[in-house]
Amino acid sequence: MTDKSHDPNQMTGAAMIVRALIDHGVQHVFGYPGGAVLPIYDEIFQQSEVEHILVRHEQGAGHAAEGYARSTGKPGVVLVTSGPGATNMVTPLTDALMDSIPLVCITGQVPTHLIGNDAFQECDTVGITRPATKHNWLVRDVNDLARVLHEAFYVATTGRPGPVVVDVPKDVQFATGTYHPPRKSDVHIFYTPRVKGDATQIRKAVALLANAKRPVIYSGGGVINSGPEASRLLRQLVEATGFPITSTLMGLGAYPASGPNWLGMLGMHGTYEANMTMHDCDVMLCVGARFDDRITGRTDAFSPGSKKIHIDIDPSSINKNIRVDVPIIGDAGNVLGDLLQVFKAEAKKPDIKSWWQQIAQWRARNSLSYRKNNDIILPQYAIQRLFELTRGKDTYITTEVGQHQMWAAQFFGFEEPHRWMTSGGLGTMGYGLPAAVGVQVAHPDSLVIDIAGDASVQMTIQEMSTAVQFELPIKIFILNNQYMGMVRQWQQLLHGNRLSHSYSEALPDFVKLADAYGCVGLQATKPSDLDGAIKEMISIKRPVLFDCRVAALENCFPMIPSGKAHNEMLLPEEATDEATAKAFSGGKALV
Amino acid sequence: MNQPASAYFLEERHDPNETHTLSVLVQNEPGVLARVIGLFSGRGYNIESLTVSETESQKHLSRITIVTTGTPMVIQQIKHQLDRMIPVYRVVDMTLTGSSIERELAMVKVRGGGDHRVEALRLADAFRARVIDATTESFVFEITGNSSKISQFIDLMRPLGLVEVSRTGVAAITRGPEGM
Repeated sequence: MTDKSHDPNQMTGAAMIVRALIDHGVQHVFGYPGGAVLPIYDEIFQQSEVEHILVRHEQGAGHAAEGYARSTGKPGVVLVTSGPGATNMVTPLTDALMDSIPLVCITGQVPTHLIGNDAFQECDTVGITRPATKHNWLVRDVNDLARVLHEAFYVATTGRPGPVVVDVPKDVQFATGTYHPPRKSDVHIFYTPRVKGDATQIRKAVALLANAKRPVIYSGGGVINSGPEASRLLRQLVEATGFPITSTLMGLGAYPASGPNWLGMLGMHGTYEANMTMHDCDVMLCVGARFDDRITGRTDAFSPGSKKIHIDIDPSSINKNIRVDVPIIGDAGNVLGDLLQVFKAEAKKPDIKSWWQQIAQWRARNSLSYRKNNDIILPQYAIQRLFELTRGKDTYITTEVGQHQMWAAQFFGFEEPHRWMTSGGLGTMGYGLPAAVGVQVAHPDSLVIDIAGDASVQMTIQEMSTAVQFELPIKIFILNNQYMGMVRQWQQLLHGNRLSHSYSEALPDFVKLADAYGCVGLQATKPSDLDGAIKEMISIKRPVLFDCRVAALENCFPMIPSGKAHNEMLLPEEATDEATAKAFSGGKALV
Repeated sequence: MNQPASAYFLEERHDPNETHTLSVLVQNEPGVLARVIGLFSGRGYNIESLTVSETESQKHLSRITIVTTGTPMVIQQIKHQLDRMIPVYRVVDMTLTGSSIERELAMVKVRGGGDHRVEALRLADAFRARVIDATTESFVFEITGNSSKISQFIDLMRPLGLVEVSRTGVAAITRGPEGM
């Protein structure tokens, strides 16, 4: 018998949690204390290896951890209490699930003997978060805790990344048990996602690529998630093949926006050239994207003449929306490496000169054009100026959800992966501000800007207080048009211009609000003020709320109307009221 | 292609539905059945029949047999979605293996007298159903077989005084020496 009192691995559950975080290299935890996590907070108080960032609302902790994860490639860690703490995490967990972001969320739970008793601040956390997580655990025995925590990190970061929840009752936090550091046997025996692509399938893919006349590469968030190496290989593949490349919202930055083969983003608000190239191509190489409904438009008219190759680490993404010809299950980076090697060894650059000529014609339509205005700031112009004035700086961009998000995707050029944080799948208004907090925690010396809308930003604006407390100089660049712009755009296009509850009355004075939070408020109302104000914002080393007053009724184009195909895009110069009505219906009764 | 105002493409595919029997080997941990069922309800898949029990207690493995219907694309999705769940060990489509055996057990209570009682017994004999409980005015039959045989037997009992039925749902296994 060993004397257990001197065994350094004997500790309380609460101590195990902090110890496991340290063992997994966690430096920052985003959280909010409460009754059911007090023992863990007591442990956090007594150490200095893990820094805790106190948010103002648990949702803020979740999105901050997402921003942290996406900008670093490391898992984001959240600590919240039971009941409302856990339910407030449901939105960021679902957001992370949809966008494949690795999160480890530790929730407190009422003591085991009270579970099921409707105890104070009790909720069925594992029940509620089951469909919002990749996996979750309720730990009833302190001696299972170390294994479950290690398994949680493994599951969150392996294969297609995602959020996990570990629910720890308060008595388990107090109980003493045996900790062990991470070891191979903690890996979940059943969960071993395939990383390497099938060689035969890769050969089939190369044969298609080598003989393509009208190819396109369509990349997505999977390339970013796979790590910087995947982006490097993607760029090499584009170089080796000479193919045009487009990307989803989630995949921006994998290929540089300044690259010669870049077509811009595709999909509902993608560029004309990207969507037409997708529609008319004969070979499509989809890497780490999932044929989402914002991408495909009308599925039965989606790229009708093409052979489709689909690289994805998640077999359930294959043939979910679009039937593909050559599925390759594996990690984007790993498969791209093999694909590139086989291509270089067995194929030469196909001659696709005439395809590029066709693309040049589509590009000449200049689908992102907008009317210049000297009196009012147009939102597109504001983002272009923001992009130009931050060019060459170490910049990270987050967004909220809506028109401003689409304009940011269209007009802000991303040169590198991990620089663009946006809520794609779930479309969570209020994501950007706390995400910026998380990005700034991970990159304290970088320029972190949340491109926001006046409606979205108010959903999580309380996190300005977090930014002030932790001296995080985030810049909240609000395109203020006093509307929920995207809601209004749909109402104009599809609901007879009846603007039901999409106008924000009684907006706060953002400059005064900044003052109240103890940060800096700036405002620009005229195009001539804009550059100076943006430069000032960049130069301030404190959090800034920037109220950029933009044209109220500007809409986001180009656009694929619902129920239409890629080649039925509505371009900005065609978007007169009449043409819009027609494109959306062929008759009002049908819109 | 005309659709009402919507941000989504609303037209449904009209591929024919197929019925498949899936055997799912899972780690028998708390909540695993809720996970599987939640997947079906959350994604709008059908469950025609569900049978579950621990089959290898030392390894903590349970076997879930699910009979489901859907288009070929949906069936494929169901299998992939099940397979990527963390506690799911294996998913086998018994319908595609081509040589699986499916059995279901039902207990059927019939109440009546006279000719009906005689007729019920005679049919039970034809279906190889066993009498497992009897009173002067009722029988409980136990019947084993594939689902359609059991349904047929129940239909025949209906005019003879059917009271209630308890069915186990389908269990399935492949023929031959190999396991799943």
